[in-house]
Amino acid sequence: MSTRSRFLPLSAAVEECVRDGDHVAMEGFTHLIPFAAGHEVIRQRRRRLTLYRMTPDLIYDQLIGMGAAERLVFSWGGNPGVGSLHRLRDAVENGWPGPLELIEHSHAAMANAYDAGAANLPLAVLRGYLGTDLPRVNRTIRTLRCPFTGEELAAVPAIRPDVAIIHAQKADAEGNVLLEGIVGVQKQAVLAARRALVTVEERVESFGPRSPNSVILPAWTLSAISVVPRGAHPSYAHGYYKRDNGFYIAWDRIARERDSFQAWVREHVLGKAS
Amino acid sequence: MSDYTGNEIMTVVAARALSNEDVCFVGIGAPSAACNLARLTHAPGITLIYESGTIGTRPDVLPLSIGDGELCDTALTTVSVPEMFRYWLQGGRITVGFLGGAQIDRFANLNTTVVGPYAKPKVRLPGGGGAPEIATQCGQIFITMAQTPRAFVPKLDFITSFGHGEGGDHRRRLGISTRGPTRLITDLAVLEPEPGTQEMVVTSMHPGVTREQLTAATGWALRFAAELRETAPPSREELGVLRELQERTRHAHAGSPGG
Repeated sequence: MSTRSRFLPLSAAVEECVRDGDHVAMEGFTHLIPFAAGHEVIRQRRRRLTLYRMTPDLIYDQLIGMGAAERLVFSWGGNPGVGSLHRLRDAVENGWPGPLELIEHSHAAMANAYDAGAANLPLAVLRGYLGTDLPRVNRTIRTLRCPFTGEELAAVPAIRPDVAIIHAQKADAEGNVLLEGIVGVQKQAVLAARRALVTVEERVESFGPRSPNSVILPAWTLSAISVVPRGAHPSYAHGYYKRDNGFYIAWDRIARERDSFQAWVREHVLGKAS
Repeated sequence: MSDYTGNEIMTVVAARALSNEDVCFVGIGAPSAACNLARLTHAPGITLIYESGTIGTRPDVLPLSIGDGELCDTALTTVSVPEMFRYWLQGGRITVGFLGGAQIDRFANLNTTVVGPYAKPKVRLPGGGGAPEIATQCGQIFITMAQTPRAFVPKLDFITSFGHGEGGDHRRRLGISTRGPTRLITDLAVLEPEPGTQEMVVTSMHPGVTREQLTAATGWALRFAAELRETAPPSREELGVLRELQERTRHAHAGSPGG
């Protein structure tokens, strides 16, 4: 984080920011999911990644199906409104293409854990997991007692990824980045991570008139920026293009079988230069 | 026989349970349809909140995902996801949470995590998402699920979200002060917790449904309240508004599958 952000081609940005064995958080809550950057990670054949994401979505289904991940830290692993993530299921149920360790949380805990990471705390505290079986299968869910009230609360470790990858609407000439719409946990993920890679819809001279409370990540919090129009598709970018719900529905059929999945990746990811 | 489907009466009955004053945490699918049907009929002032951070949203079509642009475009304000879970949900601002699941038991505990053992699941389901905290932090919980013996099971493989636990005062014993599941609305009936035991019992049967049919659709020994009502069928207006909403939604989501 010490260096000022630089505009790089996507391939160079991923090469610089993402290494084998890294803990990687690609965030974006339905909106602004960094698909183009995820595809570049697949093209560069990164391996043994620990992937963090509240909602793995299609992008992690693709990374998991291509064998990039050894561990997934998540809270909801479905295709929203459609059904299963078949590649995630195949990895968990059958170990294909390799075993995948799951570290499973609730949304509230993941959101709190990113927030704690950004705040440079070792843990997040929440009133969570009461009566659920999740602490039984995830040993990182613990409890602590409030020193003031005596209430028992849930505690989870802060998320401190090696690299956060997000997509945003705009970067200005100095490399500051503006996010609008459903902003999810991206600001927290970037500030919690050692390195941050941002893809943007466009580079503008200046952001122009805006709310003084706009969500802006200053250039000096970022490692690399790549201009990638439609870089969130089939997710969406508020003010630029809509979510391709038809593709999310179609993904169910594409990803259901290993062959059709691999054929799709060959044609739409591996066969395309960034 | 009837001129509506099981899913339609489930959605209509769920909508009727919501009021103008409610602040509602909405899930995708039947809950989203029910909440928006309520907003478009008897509860125009209801506040709908989706976990993506949109507060006071008024979508014209039902979102496919919890974070469709439609929700943000029509919301009063959109907050970050940590703020949503910390200030608004944990902060105790939500009166009603809607949940569903793959499996439910007689005390309305829900499983959306795995079928079979966790380490070697027969079916890996999506997981908890917001549900574990929604279940304990909203004022009360409404559940909508199609009633089948596969879903209504004697014992859950995994408790993702806590309902009434083992019954009785189990919520209180865990320090949970909210009411938990107060209505389980299915395609066949409405179940409510029996005072004292907190076991979900049938309080209202939908028109044309028999006790035998309900018993056969339930994996545990289903019990019926002493005072059993018949659900009022969906009105022409309710069905009309719901079908128009779903027609607009189908039209909006018919995209172009491809790369």
